[in-house]
Amino acid sequence: MSTGTLYDKVWALHRVAELPGGQTQLFIGLHLIHEVTSPQAFAMLGERGLKVRHPERTVATVDHIVPTTDQGRPLADPLAEAMLGALEKNCADHGLRLYGFDSGQQGIVHVIAPELGLSQPGMTIACGDSHTSTHGAFGAIAFGIGTSQVRDVLASQSLALDKLKVRRIAVHGSLSPGVFAKDVALHVVRRLGVKSGVGHAYEFAGSCVATMAMEERMTLCNMAIEAGARCGYVNPDQVCFDYLHNRPEAPRGAAWHRAVTWWRSLASDANAAYDDEVAVDAGEIAPTVTWGITPGQAMAVDEVVPTPDQLPPGERPLAEEAYRYMDLRPGQPIAGTPVDVCFIGSCTNGRLSDLRDAALVARGRHVAHGIKAFVVPGSQQVARAAEAEGLDAVFAQAGFEWRRPGCSMCLAMNPDRLEGRQLSASSSNRNFKGRQGSASGRTLLMSPAMVAAAAVSGVVTDVRTLLSHTKDTGRGPVP
Amino acid sequence: MTPAPVTTVEGRGIALQGHDIDTDRIIPARFLKTISFAGLGDHVFADDRAAAAGRHPFDCPEHKGARILVVNRNFGCGSSREHAPQALRRWGIAAVVGESFAEIFSSNCLALGMPCLTGDTGVVEHIQQVVQEQPHVRFCLTLAASTLHGLDHDWSLMIDSGPQTMLLTGCWDATGLLLSHGQELRRTASQLPYLNDFALPADHRLWGSQDDGV
Repeated sequence: MSTGTLYDKVWALHRVAELPGGQTQLFIGLHLIHEVTSPQAFAMLGERGLKVRHPERTVATVDHIVPTTDQGRPLADPLAEAMLGALEKNCADHGLRLYGFDSGQQGIVHVIAPELGLSQPGMTIACGDSHTSTHGAFGAIAFGIGTSQVRDVLASQSLALDKLKVRRIAVHGSLSPGVFAKDVALHVVRRLGVKSGVGHAYEFAGSCVATMAMEERMTLCNMAIEAGARCGYVNPDQVCFDYLHNRPEAPRGAAWHRAVTWWRSLASDANAAYDDEVAVDAGEIAPTVTWGITPGQAMAVDEVVPTPDQLPPGERPLAEEAYRYMDLRPGQPIAGTPVDVCFIGSCTNGRLSDLRDAALVARGRHVAHGIKAFVVPGSQQVARAAEAEGLDAVFAQAGFEWRRPGCSMCLAMNPDRLEGRQLSASSSNRNFKGRQGSASGRTLLMSPAMVAAAAVSGVVTDVRTLLSHTKDTGRGPVP
Repeated sequence: MTPAPVTTVEGRGIALQGHDIDTDRIIPARFLKTISFAGLGDHVFADDRAAAAGRHPFDCPEHKGARILVVNRNFGCGSSREHAPQALRRWGIAAVVGESFAEIFSSNCLALGMPCLTGDTGVVEHIQQVVQEQPHVRFCLTLAASTLHGLDHDWSLMIDSGPQTMLLTGCWDATGLLLSHGQELRRTASQLPYLNDFALPADHRLWGSQDDGV
């Protein structure tokens, strides 16, 4: 059993009561909601005559269903309009803050809460979305929940939960040029497996993580769930405090200093005990691409698609299914595979630094013939910042479409989707069968820079070969 | 509203083989474009079923009316969408037995009073074999003992004591239980530095104004 970790400390602080059977009632410090997983929860609340217990701790935005071209109201899709309308009504009825299109702060829930300074160290954060693990980058215990649990948080600001074990994943050393936090995430999921994290919180640590900027840490924690870990986190440090300083929802003045003192005390103790520890050598990580139908079916871009005999027996049936679905042969190189659609965005990689990394590759080049390539900023704030430094123009000149913020083709609940058996190079988080909107559509997950490299080459390309010409490291300044 | 205790689940089985079956496959995202869960049962495994052209277990007439779903490893991984267990339940599933489950999926099932029990690989594969070869066999899942009975077999299964107790005592719908701790909720909130010591003014203004509203 772990002791002295951030997870243990935050858990203890938020413990409300022990429940029959041994579960714990845990207080939820911040509840984030969006249009897809909340309407039924509000309906259940209404049926029971309950109200929202802490409206000031519940924050809403609209992201999953929003079109990324024309966001004028009413939305062209009547079902999407009905969902947006329901969220607006529920927020108005219960006095909840909603960051809608006209707020200037709308965007993917896991992009806007950090940039507003809502996500802070030591909080428990819940949201009806599995990628809530993103907020763990701030040293919060943040995890995804279902709609009945959204109802429970709305009604009681708490949840019935089992305590998790804690696995420390220490990433040592530094990343090579052209290798990004996304590659670390894919590498970890590949090495540990997609169900390794079930029952665990993942603490990401080590010298590599310590030197990561907050946006990189968010990418890493975002994909903890792809390893099965409901939450992933990084201990709060000066990098985190510098990011939060002067954000609209962060403490100010004397309160800021009290907050930082408390935040520092939450980091896992030097002598903390973990249930498990794993070491990863950052120097071994190459630009990584998925070849199959789970995020764990990943490979370095310069490797060949694994053959069944290279895989443990238990993984072979899924590999066979993946070869067929993806139309890839065991032993074939992934580099050079022609792509049809290139998508840069999502809660994993839709932040300013992601767009800068991709723009570095796109600048002075052009999307290959016949490829559809588009960039979806993670939020209105990201879009403004990117436009202010001319990234939209870089992308436009290179033949990428520059869109409005939303989840877009990560899960294709809006009009952005694959057609037929199209193959996408995507900076998102899931390559499941049918994930990107076509029942036979295929997805290769990779970093935003790698997506840009695929777009300008028309085929999966090792981004390092493009960066070497420009003498860029691919790791520019990040906020 | 007090939910009913879940002590046993009886009925025929349906086996779905394969590891890492994600919630996008259980219910593709396009069916989430709704403000209710009604009708989701018709679309469970929509794309897999279309691809299998009538040969998917959920389309086989002999499995119509089955109540106990038997799956392999890491079932329900991926998206947190409760639409997935909702769709299974609305199709008719009342309990799931598998080698392992993704965490959010099993907690979503619990919130619906739908037990998820795990078994060793050999046990689960044996149950799947019985279901496939003799689809008419009726099973009885007994939650207190964590066993599945069918034919002349008793298979030993596992469930954590937390979910097991919540189901057996009818507390799987946790809202009432959580709200009954109003005093404890207030005490916890009053001790959290970010809600008190360095909270933004807006929090102070609203703080403490909520009653327990059970």
